[in-house]
Amino acid sequence: MWEMIISELTQAVHELARGFAHILPRIIVLVIMAFAGWMVAYFLKVFLRSILRLIKFDKLSENAGASQLLTKAALPSATEVLSRFVFWVAWLGFILLGVRVLGILGLEEQIAKFFLFLPRLFVALFTIFFGMLGATFLSRAALLAAVNANLPSPRLLSVSIRTIIIIFVLSMAFEEVGVAEETMLVAFGIAFGATMFGLAIAFGTGGKDLAREFLEKRLVRGTSKDEGKEDDLSPL
Amino acid sequence: MTEVKLAGESFLTDDFLRQLIDVGEVDILVGVATHNNAKTIGSIVETIQAGILTYFPRERAVIVNADGGSRDGTPDLVVSAAIGDARSPSKLYALRTLHSISAQYASSPARGTALRTILAAAELLRARACAVISPESTQITTDWLPAVLRPIYSEEFDLVLPTYRRHRFEGILLSNLLYPMTRALYGLRIREPYALDFAFAGRLGSRFLSQNAWHDETARAGSETQFTLAAIAGGYRICQSFLGNKEHVERRSADLVPAMRQTAGALFASLEPNFSLWNSRTGSQPIPTAGAEPEFTLEPLRVNRKRLREMFSIGVAELESVFQSILCPSTLAELQRIAQLEESRFRYSAELWVKTVYEFAAAYHKSVISRDHIIQALVPLFRGRVFTFLVENRNGSAKDVEDNVETLCLEFERLKPYLLEIWNGRE
Repeated sequence: MWEMIISELTQAVHELARGFAHILPRIIVLVIMAFAGWMVAYFLKVFLRSILRLIKFDKLSENAGASQLLTKAALPSATEVLSRFVFWVAWLGFILLGVRVLGILGLEEQIAKFFLFLPRLFVALFTIFFGMLGATFLSRAALLAAVNANLPSPRLLSVSIRTIIIIFVLSMAFEEVGVAEETMLVAFGIAFGATMFGLAIAFGTGGKDLAREFLEKRLVRGTSKDEGKEDDLSPL
Repeated sequence: MTEVKLAGESFLTDDFLRQLIDVGEVDILVGVATHNNAKTIGSIVETIQAGILTYFPRERAVIVNADGGSRDGTPDLVVSAAIGDARSPSKLYALRTLHSISAQYASSPARGTALRTILAAAELLRARACAVISPESTQITTDWLPAVLRPIYSEEFDLVLPTYRRHRFEGILLSNLLYPMTRALYGLRIREPYALDFAFAGRLGSRFLSQNAWHDETARAGSETQFTLAAIAGGYRICQSFLGNKEHVERRSADLVPAMRQTAGALFASLEPNFSLWNSRTGSQPIPTAGAEPEFTLEPLRVNRKRLREMFSIGVAELESVFQSILCPSTLAELQRIAQLEESRFRYSAELWVKTVYEFAAAYHKSVISRDHIIQALVPLFRGRVFTFLVENRNGSAKDVEDNVETLCLEFERLKPYLLEIWNGRE
């Protein structure tokens, strides 16, 4: 009886030792991968930071309005955020590759999904960044044009354009990463449709005289001849 | 080189090239850039013809019309303007053939492309002297041709710019920005750096044609101003010639933005490549002027000053976020302060205006935002300056107005170190 217990225990210890001996090289590989990954990720971070500083990415980000958002959220500059983001993504990628070597069942599929998700995440981030850049540029262009044409509520017009573009860009980004795809689509459709419907009603009822005046000016020759004159002054 | 261009590289249409080949080499070329100018072009072309017949009867001459897609038959009027119409009153006879040819360079008007067409034609025809006449210059007389062409033809000048007798409140963008700033930076007292009636030597035209970035939309805007600035930068001989009255041309409020692009935009764009030229120059020198000095006339003119001030105040309030990127905090604060003042107390001082313009130029150099947006943002502020200029010269004599412009010029010269300080300093 006692011998049986000893034998089972010995066998268990042997199996444990065998299992440990089996997994130890993999753990070492994981540690090496994590260390190598940290080095590669750190190099990528430093390299990317230099490139971004060289191309004055912070200025671009400021123009896009992204810097203001980062400042409000008490985050560092856009260059720092992006280079840190790349560092963590790269390091995490190496760690996950190391974990994959461990051969834990079910985890491999999740890791594969993570790597498949990465390109979509980058596309979404680029969509947001360039979308914000476009939104800022177009809203500023609208603001300047409205001010110089002496149109009423130029800032409202500018903010509306910016908001519509940002909503559109965010819906595209969410669709890309597959987060609440349908919800975002429906929400965007409702928000956009409601805005347009509201504007249509507002213009139709509140601005019918303005619309008539506008159409007359455009279509009927000779009316409102003096409208828009620079007070008889020629700048050149 | 000309043959190579004719064969393949030229942007000119085949039809226009054929017309140029038919003309052959010329001594004088007169270019007219048009777009729906049927009302005025006939009499202008006849006057040009009469001027050539009267003052240059022995020279081979051509009138080249660069048209931007007129729908009122303007090009036909240019080509068909009969030589007989021009010579009948004074019984003038040309000893050489006087050609009139026309080319449609695009379906919509673009001043830069029109000038490029005229320059290319001048180069291909090896014209010694070329004049460009605006289709809006209805006050043109036959004396204009010798006034702008003689200095080139006989005195070896490379560029002849006009001076006029203007209403004191006409051309305020020139008198309050382009003239004083060009003078302060480049050291030459050129009254009309943006000229629509001017003349140039063939060599200057060819140089500008080959150097200018014609493919760039921004570079094409304000090509007339760029032409003057290129002549200054290239060290060409420049003079001015008095042409008489400059007739009032009605403009719409929206025209101020393109006008700003053509003048301030072109001037700001020139500062970067010519930095070594203007950074060391101090003071300014007069340039040779033929005929009378430029004058101001004092007829009453209806001006809605209230609207100007309102548009300034609205601009300062609405564009605050844009100005924060362009202006120094102290300048912006001062603008916001004066924007709050009552009409009777409002004054956009010369010093503040000069600082504003210089800060815009530095912001343009650093591209703090889109360069075109920087130029557009200057428009409402310019309206504020116009208001002050109108008030300051409301009851002034022609001399008072001239003194006022001179004071502003000196302010631009005095504050030039400020521009140099912020050019590379402030981020």
